[in-house]
Amino acid sequence: MRLHVVTGKGGTGKSTVAAALAMALATTGRNVLLCEVEGRQGIARMFDTDPLPYEERRITKGAPDTDGRAGQVHALHIDPESALLEYLSMYYKLGRAGKALDRFGVVDFATTIAPGVRDVLLTGKVYEAVQRPRGGRHKDQITYDAVVLDAPPTGRICQFLGVNSELAGLAKVGPIKTQADKVMELLRSDRTAVHVVTILEEMPVQETHDGIAELRAAGLPVGGIVVNLVRPRDLSAGALAQVRGNRVDPTAVASDLARAKVDVDADLVTSLVDEARDHAVRRQLEDEQRELVAEEGLPTYELPRLAGGIDRGALLELAQLLRRQGMA
Amino acid sequence: MTTAPPLDVDALLDDPHTEIIVCCGSGGVGKTTTSAALALRAAERGRKVVVLTIDPARRLAQSMGIEQLDNTPRPVPAVDGAAGGSLDAMMLDMKRTFDEVVESQASPEKARQILDNPFYVALSSSFAGTQEYMAMEKLGQLHRDARQDGTYDLIVVDTPPSRSALDFLDAPERLSSFLDGRFIRLLLAPARGPARLMTAGLSVVTNALTKVLGAQVLRDMQTFVAAFDTLFGGFRQRADQTFALLQADGTAFLVIAAPEPDALREAAYFVDRLTDDDMPLAGLVVNRVSPSARTELSAEAAITAADRLRSSDSSSLTAGLLRLHADRVRIIEREQHLRERFAASHPAVPTAVVPAMAGDVHDLDGLRAIGELLADGG
Repeated sequence: MRLHVVTGKGGTGKSTVAAALAMALATTGRNVLLCEVEGRQGIARMFDTDPLPYEERRITKGAPDTDGRAGQVHALHIDPESALLEYLSMYYKLGRAGKALDRFGVVDFATTIAPGVRDVLLTGKVYEAVQRPRGGRHKDQITYDAVVLDAPPTGRICQFLGVNSELAGLAKVGPIKTQADKVMELLRSDRTAVHVVTILEEMPVQETHDGIAELRAAGLPVGGIVVNLVRPRDLSAGALAQVRGNRVDPTAVASDLARAKVDVDADLVTSLVDEARDHAVRRQLEDEQRELVAEEGLPTYELPRLAGGIDRGALLELAQLLRRQGMA
Repeated sequence: MTTAPPLDVDALLDDPHTEIIVCCGSGGVGKTTTSAALALRAAERGRKVVVLTIDPARRLAQSMGIEQLDNTPRPVPAVDGAAGGSLDAMMLDMKRTFDEVVESQASPEKARQILDNPFYVALSSSFAGTQEYMAMEKLGQLHRDARQDGTYDLIVVDTPPSRSALDFLDAPERLSSFLDGRFIRLLLAPARGPARLMTAGLSVVTNALTKVLGAQVLRDMQTFVAAFDTLFGGFRQRADQTFALLQADGTAFLVIAAPEPDALREAAYFVDRLTDDDMPLAGLVVNRVSPSARTELSAEAAITAADRLRSSDSSSLTAGLLRLHADRVRIIEREQHLRERFAASHPAVPTAVVPAMAGDVHDLDGLRAIGELLADGG
């Protein structure tokens, strides 16, 4: 049973990658839980369902294996208020006190103001799902083969995951310290892998580099790098060189176009070549960034930018690509 | 098809009544770059500007001369001051801003007591929302100073990449309501002594807290709250002032987005929140819009033609050109659809569209280029 934590700079598509990874892992009858903690209901939107409650819900079939056998992806939207009340009722059986806590603004305090408590409640719930024993107390509870956590962005990931040690420092004894320690032990173990999602642009790649260094310094196990939103590579290296060197023969292109039954004029040829030149500039930048990513020396997976946007079908396509590259 | 009214960026920057511009939006949409570009453009058009950034990329920070995190505005080198303007920049140091507020409000001895409290240390460096609150606090400070000595006539603020739009608008209110709340009074009650205040309800709560957090954390919190007690009024007042400042006529909010579903959804949410709270919304900036196609050829026609060519020559260069064109057209159509959908639900929001640049921006020339695009994008 593994925990996959997916982080990445804002705008790199980490939630998409987390969902695709969950689907890639949910093969051959395996059960996977996809968790989100940022209150954005991104999972519900991606899978076009009603907003998720604080409750595990089956959300989609996974990616089928070569024999066509898929598993199930379940989703859980973790909000700190519900996690706190559940935590209290699980460990302390606080019926009346739970309500009193709410009335006195304690729930609000604990989940928004008290440093780190919010994060330990969120990671604590993930911990519970990961550690759930097979055939445990609750018969209706599913035990999962893998849990994928759509985590906060790279800039906050160490604080989010490591906050437990910070909190543990604040709370030197007591039940929440015990809880925080247990969570930390799982996060630092080889059962956890923190994956970083990036795109091939300077800032996200720089942030990926810094994030990986921070994760390592915090003793958190780094998994792989997922390079997302990669531009299509419809031009070969040779073709790119021709475009860059202004060596494309317009007459040849024009006759090709005519052969393909396109109404062709000189403007069309120039426009297509100009567009290819724009593309060549970006490809060059991407290639430079790709080399930097490779220097991290981590397993790296690439996913294309899909022109049609993200829906269930697109996620399945991405899941298969991750599988083929050996991420799941 | 719905098109948004254009946003006249230069008119906004040139208007002497514009005193504060707040750039907000979700993470990864180019907020920091937009803030810096707006500030530079305003300065070179004659305004005396300070820009408050939260977490600029290293090279951008270097070129703006703000690598040092010393919480004080520094002049940006090589700004063209011909029009009589100037540009200072600073990077927010959240903890130091918090410390300074404490130091300015309490006696040195009491301030020390607070600054050393472990609960305060955690609160000031890691509480989710502290950064948002401190960005607003710093804005308030800069604005007061600017009024007093006339150093600046325009403040441009970048906002932290919040968990959600709520954090940034709610942080001042949340902090002040917390500080005013029953919970604080509860924590203060034992420290103040009178046992009769400890009603049955209260003891249930303290017992529960002790169980969860442990007695020692509760003690730290009580010490902190007791020491902080005299400062609460001041904090509340400052939070209220900042909120009023954000609502004032001289403030202009710009919501920044990218042509992606999540970013535009967050932008829509922001626009609604700002409207609900009577915050002065100046407009929407959509960054990184894909450059338009250079020819009318449709995506379908291009793909069909490419397939024809590929069937006879799998490495056809022309087929590659056609496929690239088809991809470009599809992405543009999708972005346009997303923007139209936004405009349909928010028809009155003036919008500027900024085309994507090939590379990242990390010097003043790059910021100038973005500034041009912003001004042309309305």
